[in-house]
Amino acid sequence: MNSNKRRLWGEWLLTAPSFIWLTLFFLLPTLIIFAISFKPSDPLGGVGPGWTLRTLLSLRNPNYPEIIWRTAVLSITTTVVCIALAIPIAYYIARCKAWKRDLVLFLTIIPFWTSFLIRIFAWKGVLHPDGLLKQALVFCNLISPDTLLLYRPGTVLLVMIYTELPFAILPLYAAAEKFDFSLIEAAMDLGAGRLRAFCSVFIPGISSGLLSACLMVLIPSIGSYVVPDVVGGIGSEMIGNVIAQKTFVDRNLPAASAMAALMTLSMLIPLLFFLRGNKGKNQEPKPAREVV
Amino acid sequence: MLKKSRIPGILTWLTLLFFYFPIVLLVINSFNVTRTGGSWGGFTLRWYRDLFGAREIWNALRNTLVVAFTATGASTIIGTTAAIALHRYKGRLQNAHYGLIYTPLVVPEILLGISLLLFFVALKIELGLATVTIAHITFCTSYVTMAVLSRLQDFDLTILEAARDLGANTWTTTWKVLIPVISPGIIAGALLAFTLSLDDFVISFFVAGPGSTTLPIHIYSMIRRGSMPLINALSTILLAITFLAILAYQMINKKRTGQ
Repeated sequence: MNSNKRRLWGEWLLTAPSFIWLTLFFLLPTLIIFAISFKPSDPLGGVGPGWTLRTLLSLRNPNYPEIIWRTAVLSITTTVVCIALAIPIAYYIARCKAWKRDLVLFLTIIPFWTSFLIRIFAWKGVLHPDGLLKQALVFCNLISPDTLLLYRPGTVLLVMIYTELPFAILPLYAAAEKFDFSLIEAAMDLGAGRLRAFCSVFIPGISSGLLSACLMVLIPSIGSYVVPDVVGGIGSEMIGNVIAQKTFVDRNLPAASAMAALMTLSMLIPLLFFLRGNKGKNQEPKPAREVV
Repeated sequence: MLKKSRIPGILTWLTLLFFYFPIVLLVINSFNVTRTGGSWGGFTLRWYRDLFGAREIWNALRNTLVVAFTATGASTIIGTTAAIALHRYKGRLQNAHYGLIYTPLVVPEILLGISLLLFFVALKIELGLATVTIAHITFCTSYVTMAVLSRLQDFDLTILEAARDLGANTWTTTWKVLIPVISPGIIAGALLAFTLSLDDFVISFFVAGPGSTTLPIHIYSMIRRGSMPLINALSTILLAITFLAILAYQMINKKRTGQ
């Protein structure tokens, strides 16, 4: 009995710091998002007294369906493109010679750890109206001198892919590294074509990595706001920009809160989908930064 | 033996080109006399000189380092105890505990930022370096826990029982056996926490107050105000630091694994 009690004490001592900290600073704040969605705003930029449904009704803004749709399209496209590029890259890295593999991995890890603000800003230099790319494209007669490269939805997509791609490559590589490549040869000996072997043996073989990669690209993409903010213009806002706008410009915290509540709920759809797909494997998709 | 397809290789090297083209251009332009960088106007170190003269940057750097060291210290302790608890005990409490640790990893930063801001506003806590530090400890804890946990899972726990059988009490077993064995996980977790804290912009931006500008927040305001050559210079310095840090880390790792 005594040892049982001591064990319970030990468990509580070790669990309490993180449990209490995260309940206080993660769980409670997340719940507060939903609570404040039912609060009125006050003119000083705070939260007003009493309860109201008006804040939630402000979500019926006629511009929002388009912004929500754009967020969905941009983040899903980013995920699909990143995964489509990352699968053959992971395959290549896993198969090439040791020195080459170390080099390519090293070159992939550097952008992965570089501040993402810098990586987004670097594109501003490339796409600048007086920049190198613009001059080259005009020189080749591909675009007219007054075409803008910056501040378009296409630019947002390009830069989103650029920032997220390393997060797709590394988990897929971690899975590909454990893959038994003789299975591909076996499939080909049995008569499968190269593409067929790749699609029906290699891709299912790295499914755990695929799951992490999808989640690690999709979720930050849904929440992205710096990319559209820096390289996007009018007509390329995403949900994150609305939250930031309501918080920093309009100083209307309840409205920001309602939008954040909407984003939280929309996040549950892919999460539940992925977790269901992962059932029985007993392993959650690991964040990309843990893999390396 | 069939010839290997060349497509994955070509795709990989093109992607690396895609990764590095903007970065290399930025580095070159940090030494360029021309402001917008469309053409080469000659070599200069002027932007670096201007950068070192800017007081706000040094202030921002100081804030960033204060936050990063505090957040790393606190989250390493909290994360390590959490990982030991998750590994040692099973049951409902630990399931809930794991949920609390894991969920912040799959929540977009902007949601962590806005929820903490609302929390602080609701409790009338003044925004400043303290709130930024609290936010950083929160997201770093989950990463540290995962790093230590993965080390614990690779480790043969029977040596703890061996230590106990040989007469060591819980205290000695923990400090003389468990901690030394999982220390690589703790160090990896701490490094991860430190880097994430140094880099974080979104969450910090939401919970920062006047006077608690961190380096990423300062870079963001520079991007908005458009002093392009200065950001080029600052970015180049930060890129060089990242590059050297990764190189050093890989060398140490290689030496340890004896490859």
